[in-house]
This record gives sequence, structure tokens and C-alpha cells, in this order.
Amino acid sequence: MTNNMDLNIYRRRRLANFWGLLTSMLAMAIGLAVLFWILFVLFSNGFASLDWNMFTKDTPAPGTEGGGLRNAIVGSLMIVGLTVLVATPVGILAGIYMAEYGDTSFTANTTRFVTDIMLSAPSIVIGLFVYAIAVATLGTFSGYAGSLALTLIAIPVVMRTTENMLRLVPGSLREAAFALGAPRWKVSLSVTLRAAKNGVITGLLLAVARISGETAPLLFTALNNQFFNSDMGSPMANLPVVIFQYAMSPYDNWIRLAWGGALLVTMAVLLLNIMARIFFRNKEVG
Amino acid sequence: MADTAPKNAIEVKNLDFYYGKFQGLKKINLNIQENAVTAFIGPSGCGKSTLLRTLNRMYSLYPGQHAEGEILFYGRNILDKSQDLNLLRAQIGMVFQKPTPFPMSIYDNIAFGIRLYENLARSEMDDRVESALQKAAIWNEVKDKLGQSGLSLSGGQQQRLCIARTVAVRPKVILLDEPTSALDPISTSKVEELINELKKEYTVAIVTHNMQQAARVSDFTAYMYLGDMVEFGVTEQIFFKPQRKETEDYITGRFG
Repeated sequence: MTNNMDLNIYRRRRLANFWGLLTSMLAMAIGLAVLFWILFVLFSNGFASLDWNMFTKDTPAPGTEGGGLRNAIVGSLMIVGLTVLVATPVGILAGIYMAEYGDTSFTANTTRFVTDIMLSAPSIVIGLFVYAIAVATLGTFSGYAGSLALTLIAIPVVMRTTENMLRLVPGSLREAAFALGAPRWKVSLSVTLRAAKNGVITGLLLAVARISGETAPLLFTALNNQFFNSDMGSPMANLPVVIFQYAMSPYDNWIRLAWGGALLVTMAVLLLNIMARIFFRNKEVG
Repeated sequence: MADTAPKNAIEVKNLDFYYGKFQGLKKINLNIQENAVTAFIGPSGCGKSTLLRTLNRMYSLYPGQHAEGEILFYGRNILDKSQDLNLLRAQIGMVFQKPTPFPMSIYDNIAFGIRLYENLARSEMDDRVESALQKAAIWNEVKDKLGQSGLSLSGGQQQRLCIARTVAVRPKVILLDEPTSALDPISTSKVEELINELKKEYTVAIVTHNMQQAARVSDFTAYMYLGDMVEFGVTEQIFFKPQRKETEDYITGRFG
């Protein structure tokens, strides 16, 4: 057997393997380098501008010194918080419908198609839509409108991850629950959803991470507010829009605050992603 | 002495089964005797699992699969449209090839099925859970860790947990779909001993790939091939004096 081996073929294959490995490592290095560059610029500017005032003072008026981001942080937390409160049950229940009830029915397939379009819809379009139906008709920008826009972005994400996670649950587990005489809603909620719990939580965290940096939808809806405001019925400060407006301003302290805000948002998203990873890693442990 | 004649728990009459257009079972006729073990054997794809899954209407979960004919469960045709599937499955339990513990505690795994149809006080529930685990011969191994996840048990223990879970809802019939094919020999022999115990209280139907297992645990055996019921009878007769050449070839290993 060994006499018949063509060593030339083997050498050629080794060479091809070497080049394949080299190019893919180069591609990875380019991607990583850009990411680290972004993080380096962000961290060096962000940490330099980070101080306690950022959490205790509100956004400053033009021409005044100092100031902080308290109103924007609280505003962002409230807007994102309300979004999570609405998008979680709607997204999870819709995901359950698509995986457990609808399956390949016409309704489920149509919903899935529309959801996939919504997933890739530019967020500025969603912002404009909410501006037209809520802000223009009610005559005021508001935190609620901002939440509505973010909810429309979050629901498809939660829905699709919930559906995909439920589909990973082996059919035999579902059958075992049906075999005890359990009705479908009980099987879905007590057995399948529970088995997919960590995956679903991962999806939720990723959805929160996705919306916490969204700027365009809030620009047309929650707008901004220079003052502290906990009334979601009126315009509300929030980190992304503050970053957007302050970063391009002529004032040094505003630019400083924009960097600080960008760092806060990035850290929040990073933290959410790490949490999501931890949850997903524990997926197998019921 | 009609009273002492053994009763049939299930009578299958002229059963045809279709996966879409493909016919999986052809004119099956079979009686499953009460408090006995009936085994279904045959090569892969012969329809033995399909037959088992018609008995608790598990196939109804999947659109496109349907059965024609009659399956009488204590005289009532369960293929009837008016048959409530949840109630049927509470009376005809099923244990699967791969252990399927639910992602919850050992205790809740057992209590899950009971809670579906009964509202019990905590102490009564504790008793039911214990007796189910005892019947499945796993109580001594888990009594100190009832709060632990069912997934933390070994494969053989998980399978006995699943049997306990099925027993806990007090069905009349227990269907076993290759219950030991994923288990090691020691766990297998424990489950086989268990089957012998179970038939005192329940009617058992078992699908198995292992012919020695069918010979060891069953009272009646059905040999199936390509959707046909080739031969059905008392286990000793099927194994020692088969009437049909095909059965003999399969049993003696000349085919299959």
C-alpha cells in the first residue's frame, strides 16, 4: 500500500492547507485589529472623561461648565426598562406560538417572514414610523414613543431567538410530556420553555444589548431633554441621542460627556453580552 | 367460567396506518391481554414502533399521519374523533427509547403528571411520589436527593425515573418503546425485572430490538415485517414452534 502513495499529492495538499490557514488567520487579525482600535480610542477618551459628576449632575446648558449625564442615564434606563417589560412577554409568547403551535401553518410562516423583514429593517424607518403614528398625532415627543420604537425592534429579536431555542428542544421531551396526558399549553410552558430557558434568557439579553445603543429610533420619538425628567409622557433625555448631539457640538465639556456616555453604553452592552454567554454556556444544566 | 377468562385491555381490528401516502401498517389485528406483557419484534422499519404509537394516538401530534380501522380500549374505539387525547394518554402511558427526564427536580418530574389531573395536599403528593418511585425500583437511590434535577441521574436511573413518572398517573396500560436500547446491561436487567413487577398491576406492551429480551419478559409476542403482522401468539410458541417460515428465519437469525 505505502508504495502506491503519491507524495506529490500529499505535499500539494499540505501547501494548500498552509495557505488556507494563513489567509483565514489574516482575515481574523484584520477584524480583531479594528475592534481593538475602536475599543482603545473609546477607552482612552472615555475613561479620561469619567468622573462622579457624570452620575450626579444633569446635562449642562450651552456655554455652562461641568455637568453630567444623570438625566440621560435615568431616561435610558426607563425607556429600555419599559421596552423589556413589554417586549419580553409578547416576544416569548409569539415565539412559543411559532415553535409549538403554528409550526409550518400559513399564519406562522407569514409571521416568520414578516419578522425576518422586521429584524433587518433599518431602525431609522421604525423611528419614522412611530414618529408618524404617535408623535405627530399626539403632538409631543415622549419617552413612551421612544419605548414603542425600541419595542418594535426588540420583539422580532426575542421572538426569533425564543422560537429557535424551543426548536432545539428534542421532540422526544415534548412527546414524553404529551404521553402523560398534558395539554399543549402545559407542555409548552412547563416543559419545553423550561428546557430552553437559558437560551431564551440569552436572546432577551442580546435584544436589550441591541436596543440600548439604538439612536435613530429615539431621535424622532423620545428626542432629548436638557433637564431631569421622570415623566415618560414628555420628551426624555437618553444616552444615545445625547452622545449624538454632544459629540458634534463645539463645547469641550459636551464632547467629554459624549465620550463618557459612549463608554457607559459600550460597557453596558459588553456586560449584557458576557451575561448572555454565561447563561448560554449553562444551557445544558436544567 | 367466562369470568376467569383473561380480558383484553386493547383490541386492534383491521388497523391501517399512513404516513402521508406511505402505508406503515397493513390490516393489523391483535389483542393485548390485560395484566400481561405483549412484545412487538421485527427488523427496523417493520412498523412495531408505529403500532405502539397508534395505541396512545401519539401520531396525532403530527399532521399527515392517520390511522384507519379500530382500536378498542376496554371496548371503546380510541380512533373515534370524539376521543379526548389528553385523557387517553393519562390512561395509556408511554416510556421512550431515550430517557426523557423533564428539566426539573426528581420530585417535580413525578408530580408533574399527577398534578395534571389531581389536586393533592402536600403530604398525599409526597406519598404518591414515593410509591411511584418505589414501584420503579429507584426510591432507595433518589430518596435523599428528591430536590435535585432529574438530569443529574445516570441514564439507567433516568429511564426508571421516566417509568416512575408514567406509573404515577396510574394508567391502565404502559407502552414501552425500546426502553433499554440506550442502557447498559445492568440497567437493562433492572428495567426487565421491573417489567415483570409492572404486569401485576398494569398491562404492558413493549417494542424491542432484542429478541432475548422479548423472550425473557413477554407473555405474548408479535412478529412484524414491512407493516404486516406476520405472526402473533404466546411467546413460547413464537420462539420454539413458530408457525410461519419467516418468523423462524428471523428468530433463528437467518434474516434480519
